[in-house]
Amino acid sequence: MTLHLFLPRDAGALAVGADEVAAALQAAAQSRGVVLELTRTGSRGLYWLEPMLEVATPAGRIAYGPAEPGDAGTLLDALLGQGGHPRRLGPPEQIDFLRRQTRLTFARCGITDPLSLADYRAHGGLRGLARAQSLGAAETVEEVVRSGLRGRGGAGFPTGIKLRTVAAAAGAPKYVVCNADEGDSGTFSDRMIMEGDPFVLLEGMAITALATGASQGYIYVRSEYPHAIATLNAALILARADGWLGGGFDIEVRVGAGAYVCGEETALLDSLEGRRGVVRAKPPLPAHHGLFGKPTLVNNVISLATLPVILADGAASFQDIGYGRSRGTMPIQLAGNIARGGLFEAGFGVTLGELVQEIGGGTATGRPVRAVQVGGPLGAYFPPALFDTPFDFEAFTARDGLIGHGGVVVFDDRVDMAAQARFAMEFCAIESCGKCTPCRIGSVRGVEVIDRIRAGTNVAANIALVEDLCSTMRHGSLCALGGFTPFPVLSALRHFPEDFAAPHKVAAE
Amino acid sequence: MTLIKETDYGTPASHSETLVTLYIDGHQVTVPEGTSVMRAAMEAGIKVPSLCATDMLDAFGSCRLCLVQIEGRNGTPASCTTPVAAGMTVSTQTPLLAQLRRGVMELYATDHPRDVLTAPAAGNCEFHDMAGAVGLREVRYGYEGANHLAAATDDSNPYFSFDPARCILCSRCVRACDDVQGTFALTIADRGFGSVMVAGMDEGFLASECVSCGACVQACPTGSLIEKSVIEIGQPEHSEVTTCGYCGVGCSFKVEMRGEQVVRMVPWKDGKANHGHSCVKGRFAYGYATHRERILKPMIRARTTDPWREVSWDEAIGYAASEFRRIQGEYGRGSVGGITSSRCTNEETYLVQKLVRAGFGNNNVDTCARVCHSPTGYGLSSTFGTSAGTQDFDSVDQADVMLVIGANPTDAHPVFASRMKQRLRKGARLIVIDPRRIDLVRAPHVEATHHLPILPGTNVAMLTALAHVIVTEGLADDAFVRARCDMESFGEWADFVADAANSPEAMGPVCGVDPAEIRAAARLFATGGNAAIYYGLGITEHSQGTTAVMALANLAMVTGNIGKPGGGVNPLRGQNNVQGSCDMGSFPHELTGYRHVSDDAVRGSFEALWGTTLDREPGLRIPNMFDAALDGSFKALYIQGEDILQSDPDTQHVSAGLGAMECVIVQDLFLNETASFAHVFLPGSTFLEKDGTFTNAERRVQLVRRVMAPRNGYADWEITELFARALGMDMRYNHPSEIMDEIAALTPTFSGISFKLLERGSVQWPCNAAAPAGTPVMHIEQFVRGKGRFMVTEYIATDERVGPRFPLLLTTGRILSQYNVGAQTRRTENGIWHDEDRLEIHPHDAEQRGVKDGDWVRLASRAGETSLRAWVTDRVAPGVVYTTFHHPDTQTNVVTTEFSDWATNCPEYKVTAVQVSPSNGPSEWQTTYRAMTEAARRIAPAPAAAPAPAAE
Repeated sequence: MTLHLFLPRDAGALAVGADEVAAALQAAAQSRGVVLELTRTGSRGLYWLEPMLEVATPAGRIAYGPAEPGDAGTLLDALLGQGGHPRRLGPPEQIDFLRRQTRLTFARCGITDPLSLADYRAHGGLRGLARAQSLGAAETVEEVVRSGLRGRGGAGFPTGIKLRTVAAAAGAPKYVVCNADEGDSGTFSDRMIMEGDPFVLLEGMAITALATGASQGYIYVRSEYPHAIATLNAALILARADGWLGGGFDIEVRVGAGAYVCGEETALLDSLEGRRGVVRAKPPLPAHHGLFGKPTLVNNVISLATLPVILADGAASFQDIGYGRSRGTMPIQLAGNIARGGLFEAGFGVTLGELVQEIGGGTATGRPVRAVQVGGPLGAYFPPALFDTPFDFEAFTARDGLIGHGGVVVFDDRVDMAAQARFAMEFCAIESCGKCTPCRIGSVRGVEVIDRIRAGTNVAANIALVEDLCSTMRHGSLCALGGFTPFPVLSALRHFPEDFAAPHKVAAE
Repeated sequence: MTLIKETDYGTPASHSETLVTLYIDGHQVTVPEGTSVMRAAMEAGIKVPSLCATDMLDAFGSCRLCLVQIEGRNGTPASCTTPVAAGMTVSTQTPLLAQLRRGVMELYATDHPRDVLTAPAAGNCEFHDMAGAVGLREVRYGYEGANHLAAATDDSNPYFSFDPARCILCSRCVRACDDVQGTFALTIADRGFGSVMVAGMDEGFLASECVSCGACVQACPTGSLIEKSVIEIGQPEHSEVTTCGYCGVGCSFKVEMRGEQVVRMVPWKDGKANHGHSCVKGRFAYGYATHRERILKPMIRARTTDPWREVSWDEAIGYAASEFRRIQGEYGRGSVGGITSSRCTNEETYLVQKLVRAGFGNNNVDTCARVCHSPTGYGLSSTFGTSAGTQDFDSVDQADVMLVIGANPTDAHPVFASRMKQRLRKGARLIVIDPRRIDLVRAPHVEATHHLPILPGTNVAMLTALAHVIVTEGLADDAFVRARCDMESFGEWADFVADAANSPEAMGPVCGVDPAEIRAAARLFATGGNAAIYYGLGITEHSQGTTAVMALANLAMVTGNIGKPGGGVNPLRGQNNVQGSCDMGSFPHELTGYRHVSDDAVRGSFEALWGTTLDREPGLRIPNMFDAALDGSFKALYIQGEDILQSDPDTQHVSAGLGAMECVIVQDLFLNETASFAHVFLPGSTFLEKDGTFTNAERRVQLVRRVMAPRNGYADWEITELFARALGMDMRYNHPSEIMDEIAALTPTFSGISFKLLERGSVQWPCNAAAPAGTPVMHIEQFVRGKGRFMVTEYIATDERVGPRFPLLLTTGRILSQYNVGAQTRRTENGIWHDEDRLEIHPHDAEQRGVKDGDWVRLASRAGETSLRAWVTDRVAPGVVYTTFHHPDTQTNVVTTEFSDWATNCPEYKVTAVQVSPSNGPSEWQTTYRAMTEAARRIAPAPAAAPAPAAE
């Protein structure tokens, strides 16, 4: 008797014992004389259900989770047809969290063996590259322009326009750089795709190389992602052996050294060049004067990994989805104090309230939601009063926030928002590259002044000073690190003024 | 007299020919495309506040003071990093900008010393200026927060200090070190608020790779990096622009003064040779002018074994004149001569040769170029028709390939080396031919494509082999050769070089270089785009020095690299005015402008103006003067500003020659080595104490301006006048400009030059009616001699060969911090970097001899021996040793031989067969010599009434 099981090898699943579950399953199978075919997949992104085990049945896959090593025997027995199981979730596609999604970028993630090119092809892989090859460079660029895809790293710059600029830029060689320095709090979509479907990223980069004439690609991955690094390197070897990489275009994985600011594209380029990661002034744009001074396309993992589906299915099918000027789907990451945390890929337009309350199920602690930080450590804190905000670049901007890389971090009613404001400044101080004055000195002073407010010293004057400082940082900083730190600070001040009014203990964090 | 304040436009000029018109604060401004908004504003007289921007460096965008608002654009972009666009409407002053700038300055102020009264830069501090400009009136954050105020000052460098507490992290110093100087010694360590500028790996300036060029200090806006002299003296109150008195690059400096005291020397941005850059010597090493050993009173003595006796100028000059008259009376008109100085001005040099020719009545005048670039004169004259480099320094910006041979620019011509490195970092390729692995072979972000480490003495073999490849592989620029060169000479030369005997395969073993590398280098030179040749004394100071210069000229002609920017044959000249001293008729056979004394028309023009008859026979060269002295026919010598005993080869022969003379006059700043053999000492003046002109290696004539009265009483030209008048000549000028007028009247290549013209800016000769603005690049339409002439360059090995007794080859050179015989630099703090000459020896040769790094070794040749300490290094190849000649204690030239260039007698300093063996200390010669010079430098105690002499 052979059982075909699927269990994620995603770091999020490993962290909650996926390997132990796998070992227990093997042991239990042996004792039962059952042959297990265990495929280690990426994660579906239903993290509260990880490790989520799936079994192939004639009627499709059936999911069980969260699985524990101790469940191995009973699970096997259930799978062998001897009754039900309390961990049984049914067909995964029918789980509400997945059923509500529109999976384009993450279509294969959690389903296929990340390092099986056969799987990749069987699930629609390489169709995008093939179509790009038939379209040619110029038409590929225009197809991306038509799709309306905007950068998923946070800035939302139209990806097609960037491609067009690099394609038109004079200079050789040209480079494609994938920004996989995913450092925002509460974000993990880049990691999931790199671990769960690495070929889609490589295919996306191959498409950009074709579109721009780039001959070399780099994936700059943060050192905190060892599984992603290993998976990408293994995938590169397979792709080269398969012949679609390594000819006129090859890719190399480079590992960061632990600086958040190296997620800023120009600091990333400095780091790739072997320098300290320091932000460069723009202009010149990386598209004109990027890596080693050559025309360089710098894009986030998700932007690049979305190109294959756009090319495969055509720009229109992507452009049809979305809200306002935000087209297509966005992999939103629900995290923090939330009942159902995970990756939720959906068309733009879903409201913050739907995401947090309906899809995420409110807080994990069961207490009322008080604040939600969207867009990483530089994103604004939204109170429930703003839960009607649709997930859309412009809508969030209109409410002094940002969607950033799509991270949503939930806090319950015990959060001290003055401490969170202080943390924003502290984070900036720790992560500042130090080049520009507002960020280098301003963030340190920000911490000091908020400490004074929390200690009850000249509260009104010091709040005015923080607001003034935020204006200096907002308008004066060289990059988004210093420039966006005011978002969490000012939103905390604006939406939660009561947390700044009374004296707090300075050591409260 | 005022302090010259140069306008800082914030960002470098754009050289685009497309013009863009925009509007800044309501003013219409038209600037070249690519100009920054900041610079465009400054062009319109609108100063946008900033701290991290300066026009010597590319925009950086870190201080965030220069933010502006642009119609139709979001946010507040930095004006330094934003290029202009047509029709752009910019506001540099708005309420939002005022608030932001004040906010940024307020942040700076929270982490900056508040000692405005006692700050080292007080009175001249951009940081304080900006606080005022933005109207900073309060610091609401207080001063109790985290700060760097307790950071320790780095005082390790002798000339400047670094106080991290005053550092605002603008990176101007780091960028100056990287982009301008190219040393990459500085960096910002750590990040965020912990950022701190460090030298090297945070080992302090002195221990780091820093070369003390001063670019960082000049760039610093806060006085965090500041000259120690400013800390000591305070801010200067007036300044003059002058020309550096060190090497042949000819950097322009602002001498910033307080009264008659030099506060500092700051490179002048409008200087066309240096464009605002400097090196450790010109920038900082001027302290010799006030060194206690400087002699300020004339002295005489009957015998060189007597102590010196201080006398009045009248007595000294009178004694000198009576001796010269006596000697000429006794031994004949030709028994006396003079040596002009390559350190002195054109005007002073001109006067000395005029004194010799018109006053002494012979042509016994020579100059130190005899021992350095005389082969350049002869070689380039024969091939091109003129005795000078073909290009301006700016030409290097258009070079695609540089061939550097026998030159070590980072040490000897550091400011030009920085220009070369800038160009190399932008992609030009480099071929280095040198026995040593000079720094240029591999420097930060610079690496030679080919380094051919030839054996000393084989230049001609190598250059002919390069030509062989070009000719036989069809890489010659036939069109250029046909149009511009003498075809008969070309045919003869091409046949010669094409001979298999001149192939790399034949010559490679002679040179000790892989033939394949020679071929590759030749191909690169011929096909890599504009190819420029830069060479130094490693070419000229050989028995075939002149042949090698001709071989370089051949290479430039056969590849069509003459007469255009980016190419050329460029001698890097050693001394500040060695080009000028040659131009001014310092050679025994040439009048000004390289015209032979036997040319009746030329001589006639001088005779007419000077009112005397001139000898039509060339006079004695320096080495011939010593020979003649030993023969007893040459008895008196007037030496202005040259230490021939230390600098000329075969020291024992020189000292014997000097010792045989009856009256030696030394005119110098110090009792130099030659002065030990002198009977009259006339104290000279420094370049700070006189007006005049220097001519640099690119033929650029630049003004030298007096910033203080001569401490010795007279400028050198005035002393020559006194001597001439005492000899009965009517030599009388009110100002050096009158001397230049005379030079211009007599010299066709100088006829357009006057001080009035030079006041408006330097020019490169020829400057005359045909070229009123001077001549940056020569031989554009045709060669000065008409058709370029190829010269056959047969390799003849020097007679100086290694053998069992002397198995190693010694070659000599110099080092960055010291200059020539060290008379000036040894009397400054520069000794901290190089307090003795050391012998570079390869580990293999050292091991064989039991020599360890730092050991005393005996360095012996057939000419003599000396002792010095060894530096075991693989910079030199096995079989080659190297040392410098900066220190009289070493007397390196005791070892060098009498061999010299076949055409010009330029000594063969670069090849001496030597043996190296362990030693216990100084040689017998050194000990004896030291005792002799100590005795020779005694100055008799003055009579009781006079104050004690300052010297010694």
